Amino acid sequence: MMEVQNSQFSSETAATMPAPAGLSPAGRVVKLQVENLHKSYGSHEVLKGLSLTARAGDVISIIGSSGSGKSTFLRCINMLERPHTGRIVVAGEELELVKARDGMLKAAREVQLQKMRSRLAMVFQHFNLWAHMTVLENIIEAPVHVLGVDKDEAVARARGYLAKVGLSGVEDKYPAHMSGGQQQRVAIARALAVEPEVMLFDEPTSALDPELVGEVLKVMRTLAEEGRTMVVVTHEMGFARDVANHVMFLHQGRVEEEGCPKAILANPQSERLQQFLSKTR
Amino acid sequence: MLDFTMLIEPDNLKLYADGLLTTLKLLLVSLACGLAVSVPLAVLRVARSPLLYGPVWLYTYVIRGTPMLLQLYLIYYGLSQFAVVRDSLAWPLLSEASFCATLALAINTCAYTTEMLAGAIRATSHGEVEAAKSVGMSRATLYRRILLPSALRRSLPAYSNEVVMMLHATSLASTVTLLDITGAADRLYSTYYMPFEPFLAAALIYLLLTWGLVRVFRKLEGRYLAYLAPRSH
Repeated sequence: MMEVQNSQFSSETAATMPAPAGLSPAGRVVKLQVENLHKSYGSHEVLKGLSLTARAGDVISIIGSSGSGKSTFLRCINMLERPHTGRIVVAGEELELVKARDGMLKAAREVQLQKMRSRLAMVFQHFNLWAHMTVLENIIEAPVHVLGVDKDEAVARARGYLAKVGLSGVEDKYPAHMSGGQQQRVAIARALAVEPEVMLFDEPTSALDPELVGEVLKVMRTLAEEGRTMVVVTHEMGFARDVANHVMFLHQGRVEEEGCPKAILANPQSERLQQFLSKTR
Repeated sequence: MLDFTMLIEPDNLKLYADGLLTTLKLLLVSLACGLAVSVPLAVLRVARSPLLYGPVWLYTYVIRGTPMLLQLYLIYYGLSQFAVVRDSLAWPLLSEASFCATLALAINTCAYTTEMLAGAIRATSHGEVEAAKSVGMSRATLYRRILLPSALRRSLPAYSNEVVMMLHATSLASTVTLLDITGAADRLYSTYYMPFEPFLAAALIYLLLTWGLVRVFRKLEGRYLAYLAPRSH
């Protein structure tokens, strides 16, 4: 099943991306590369040299118990948290980082950071929709006011994204008047609207009532099947096993075990992952 | 006993009508100037650098910490003591009571509105700010599109109080010779030696104005704070 998907992606990318530079042996473009990320809070090191490579169409799940650093890692990728060392490369362009006085890295050029962030849309645990804007306004905000897309075109595309997440007809509602599952699907539509290279999901179903988790996972599964590149911090083992093609298990700021989800979730090698899986089942 | 007949004499009615116009002019001009200046000041007030927020903090602290009547006296009576001021280009304005009263009112409302807006900006959900950053918004866009529109809306209920307080504060202008509503009542008092009737009439006019202002703000809140209202279905 995974094999079939991968070959689809490679034929797609071969057609649209003629540049041989950046092509992996598997023939898929590297969309996101993170190298050797370190971060500490005071003397407590929370990320101890984490790396990640996402090629076009990859769905990478990051799992681990709370405090393992998985959300911090994800938030360092778009610099919502600032790491102490590390490299971040998005679609072949390296983010220029310099050491700030507080010892952490910061973007050398604010404009480059903004451009990179718009290529890495993020979906948050608590949705973080802009409360004073309607659903439609939330979705067209970044295209119109960050990317400079014409408003009429942005509206037309927004309706398409809303249809994709199964929410046509709610354009004029305010976020507070919708269920958590609906809000999160709007947040996904908002992330899609910047047409990102990679989508980052930070525990997208953790704040939802159990009966609303399914509708959000279904949308994410659809996105994965479309070949979108996704990095997903999650507690949903079903999603990690069935949708992701790579899973990283973090423990105390290190990758304890990673690989093909079917293999490592069915047959964990490390004791930590065995313990973790026995608790989540 | 009470005798209201003098109030309906044409000359006295005109005195109140002119007073009403003076009050409204004082109120609207000072509110407009105060609000316009308070928006950039509120942005400075929430800045991280003490060089930016320090001066604004000092301004709002001093103005909010002293009575407006004194501020008005200092501007209208106090400044004329100095030859530099009397010889300056601003003197034609500063020697005029209506300008001084408007200035004092504007400085006052600006200080209160600045703190109100700064509080609303600080209270913006951190998640909404992160979401804005995560799609690549610059700091300027973040303020223009997210922080200020959101803070201004959430400030509406508190601002409607501020506007009503300002309406009542305009009555201080009568102490520097202006014939606003209170000034008109004061004039009738000294003409007829009857205090109760003219001041009661003035109070009624303020009450009606307050009622009107509150209604206007209810409408605005209904429109701009709909996103905070409970679900309509």
